[in-house]
Amino acid sequence: MTHVASTVLIGGQAGDGAKEAGINLGKLLATAGQEVFVSVDYPSVIKGGHIFSRISFSKEKIFSDYKKIDLLIAFNNESISFHQKELKKDGVIFDESCLPMTQITKEINAPAITRTSVALGATCYYFNLEIENLEKIFKEAFGEKAEINIKLAKKGYQYLKTKNFKQKPRRLKGSGLRPKASEKKKILIDGNQALALGLIKAGLNVYFAYPMTPATSILHFLAKKEKELGLKVVQPENEIAVINMAIGAAYTGQKVAVGTSGGGFDLMQEAMSLAGMAEIPLVIAVSQRPGPSTGVPTYTSQSDLRSTRFSGHGEFPRILLAPGDPEEAYLLGAQALNLAWEYQAPVIVLLDKHLSESLMTSFFDSSKIKIENGKIAHNPKDYKRFETTSDGISPMAFPGMKNVVVKATSYEHDEQGITTEDSQIIKEMQEKRFKKLQLLLKEQKSKETVKVYGDKKSKNIIVSWGSTKGAVLEAMKYLKKSVKFIQPLYLEPLDAEKIKNHFKGAKKIIDIEGNLTGQLASLIREKTGIEIENKILKYDSRPFEPIELAKKINELLS
Amino acid sequence: MNLLTQTKNTWCPGCTNFGILAAFKGAIEDLVKNNEIKTEEVVVGSGIGCHGKISDYLNLNSFCGLHGRIVPVLSGAKIANPNLKVIAFEGDGDAYAEGIEHLVHAAKRNIDLTLIVHDNQTFALTTGQFTPTSPKGFKGKSTPEGSPEEPFNPLFLMLSAGATFIARSYALEVKKTQEIIKEAIRHKGFSFIEIIQPCLSLNDTRDHYQKRIYWLNESRQKDNIDFAFEKIREWNDKVPLGIFYQINKKTYGDFN
Repeated sequence: MTHVASTVLIGGQAGDGAKEAGINLGKLLATAGQEVFVSVDYPSVIKGGHIFSRISFSKEKIFSDYKKIDLLIAFNNESISFHQKELKKDGVIFDESCLPMTQITKEINAPAITRTSVALGATCYYFNLEIENLEKIFKEAFGEKAEINIKLAKKGYQYLKTKNFKQKPRRLKGSGLRPKASEKKKILIDGNQALALGLIKAGLNVYFAYPMTPATSILHFLAKKEKELGLKVVQPENEIAVINMAIGAAYTGQKVAVGTSGGGFDLMQEAMSLAGMAEIPLVIAVSQRPGPSTGVPTYTSQSDLRSTRFSGHGEFPRILLAPGDPEEAYLLGAQALNLAWEYQAPVIVLLDKHLSESLMTSFFDSSKIKIENGKIAHNPKDYKRFETTSDGISPMAFPGMKNVVVKATSYEHDEQGITTEDSQIIKEMQEKRFKKLQLLLKEQKSKETVKVYGDKKSKNIIVSWGSTKGAVLEAMKYLKKSVKFIQPLYLEPLDAEKIKNHFKGAKKIIDIEGNLTGQLASLIREKTGIEIENKILKYDSRPFEPIELAKKINELLS
Repeated sequence: MNLLTQTKNTWCPGCTNFGILAAFKGAIEDLVKNNEIKTEEVVVGSGIGCHGKISDYLNLNSFCGLHGRIVPVLSGAKIANPNLKVIAFEGDGDAYAEGIEHLVHAAKRNIDLTLIVHDNQTFALTTGQFTPTSPKGFKGKSTPEGSPEEPFNPLFLMLSAGATFIARSYALEVKKTQEIIKEAIRHKGFSFIEIIQPCLSLNDTRDHYQKRIYWLNESRQKDNIDFAFEKIREWNDKVPLGIFYQINKKTYGDFN
C-alpha cells in the first residue's frame, strides 16, 4: 500500500531531547502548510531508556502517525536496531556516522543536547523546508538559548548540502509555501492542552490534581497559565483530597475541574458518589493508561470506559464524554464544564495517553463555545438548595449570598438539604436526580453526540471511540470496500436511538477499540440489544497503526 | 438571628455534643454581634458520626461530607472563595483514622480553617469500637479482649505538622469552649481544637477527666513551642486544657 503520509522517527535515550525535537519538527512542518501528527513513545524513566517521537505528515488531513518511516534520526544505537526494520525501501538514516552531530556541537562548545538542532537543520535540507521558519520555533521553545540552536541547525543544513549525502533532497509537496491566508489558522497541539483550553474557554476557575501520567500535563499547562488567566491551580496531598477539595470549591460557585488516570480515579470513587448525591457541578478528566493496577504508566489504553461509566456506589446520573482528537478535546472540554453546571452533576471526560500526549494540527473554533452557568437563584426567599422542580434541576445559590443558607450533604436529604430517612422523600429525591438525565437525553437530540464519517449509505459499519478514531479514519484511506464509521462522543448517556438508526440495515458491524473485552461493544449491547460480533481489539498498550488496522478491516470485509 | 434549624435533634439525651453545639452557637453569635464575621460568610462542615449531625442543627451554610473528608472539602471552599469563614467538625474517627492525611496536610499548608474535633475516644454511632485515641486495652465490640494499640497524641501530631493554633477543651465546659472557638475562628491560619467529649452511652469518661483537667494560664505568651511540647505531652495524671500554641504565619493562598 502506498502511504499517504511521510514519517520521521526521532529516537534516543531519555535526556537526548528526542521528544522536543519531534515536536519542533512537527511545528516546522505545520508552518510549511502540512497536516501533522506527532506521537511520543517513552518508558517510565528520567534518564536512559529508549524514547522516540514519530512525526507523520501530509498535505491531506491526517489523524494518526504511521509505523513505516522515511527518515530515521538516531541519537543512539537502539534507535537503529529497534527501528531499522520499519524503514521504507527508500528510507534514510541520520546518525552520528553520516551526520556528525556531536562533533558539530562540540566545535562550538554547545551542550550535548543541542545536537538535535543539527539533525533538524539537516532534516530541513532533506525535505526542502525553509530553515528560517525553524528560528521562530526555536525562539518559542528555547527562549534565550535559541541562538545557539539556530546556529547548529544552519550547520546541519550546510553539512548535508555540501557533503553530497547519498539521497537527494526530497521535494516536499507544497513545501516552503506559507499556508494561504484564507486557510484556517492551525496549531500543533496535544489532547491535554486542548482539553485545558476548552475548560478555560468555558470559564474554568480552579483546577485540582495530583500528578499522574498521562494526565499530568494538564496540571503543568494550567499551572503555567495560573497568573495570566487568574486561575487557581492546586496540587493536594492525594486524589481523595483532590476531588473533595474540588467539591468544596464547586459548592461555593466556582467552576472546577480535576484530572487523573485510572488509579487516581479509583481513589475518587466515594467522592464521585458524593458529587452525585450533593448535585455538585464537577468535571473529571480521566486519561487512560493500561491497567490493571499501576499497569504500564506511560503507554495507552481504552480500558476504563466500564470503570468510569459505573464509578461510585449507589445510583446517580453522570455524564461521560470521549473526545478522539485535540479539536474534540477542546470542544468537549468546554461542553463538559457547561453540562456540569446545567445539570449539576459530575461530568467525566475520558482521554487516553495517545490522545493526551500526541500532537495534531488542529483548528479551535471558539465561536462554538458559549459559557453556560445553569440555573442560578437570584434573591431567593426561603431558599431550598434541593427544591423540587419540573425538570429536576434546583436553582443554585452559594455561600456568601445574603439571607440564604446553602446546605449540601452526603446523606439523602429533603429539599432544604437536611438529612432524611423518610421513604417518600428518599424516593422523590432519587427520581428528581434521574429526571435530569431524561432532560439531557431530550436535549441531546439536537447535539452532535455521535459522529458519522465515510460513506453514509454503506452497509459496512465501523464503530469506535476515543483516540482510536484517528487510526480508523486513517485506515479508511486504504480500505477496499466502502464503510460508514460511527464514533459516539457521548458515552453516558448513550443516545441508543441514534446508534440503532445508524445500524439499520447493516450487513456487517465491526467494533474497534483499545481493550481486551470490547467495552464499547458491551455498552452498545446493553443500550440497544445489538450484539456486535466482529471486533478488532488491541491491548498491548500501543495505539492502533493505520496500515495494520486497514489490513484487519479488509480481512473482515472480504 | 436564629442559628438553629427546626430539625429534630437525635443525639442521646444529655449527650455532651449539646455542650459543643451551645459553645459554637454562642461563639458565632458573639462574633457576629461584634461585627467580626457575617453569618452568610460562615460555612460549617462535618464528617460522619454523631458529631456530623451538627450540620443539620445549625442554620448556617453547611456541608456534611464523607467520613474523614470534610477538611479537604472546606479547604477547597476556602481556596475558591477566600472571604468565607470555614469551620469543620470531625469525630476522632474522621480526623485521626479515616482522614488523618488531610489533617496533617491542612496543618502543613496552614490553610485558614478551624477544625473542631469531638473526641469521645470511640466510634459511637457504629455502637462502640476503638479509635486512634482510645486507650490501650479499650474493650469494644471489635476488641472484646481489649485494644492492643497505644493511642496517639493528636496535639503532638498537630504541632509537628505545622498547625498555628492548637487548643484542647472539654465538652462540659461550655463557656470556656465558646471562648476558645472564638479565638480559633479569629486566628488566621489552621486552628485545631480537640474537645474531650465523654460519650455517656458508650464511653463515659467524665469521672476520669473531671479529676484530671486543669486550665493553662491564659495570659501567657502562646508562641513558646517548648512550653507547648511539654504541656501537650502531659496526659496521664493531669490533663491540661486551653490554648497550647499560637503563632502568626502566612496562610495557604496568601501568595502576594
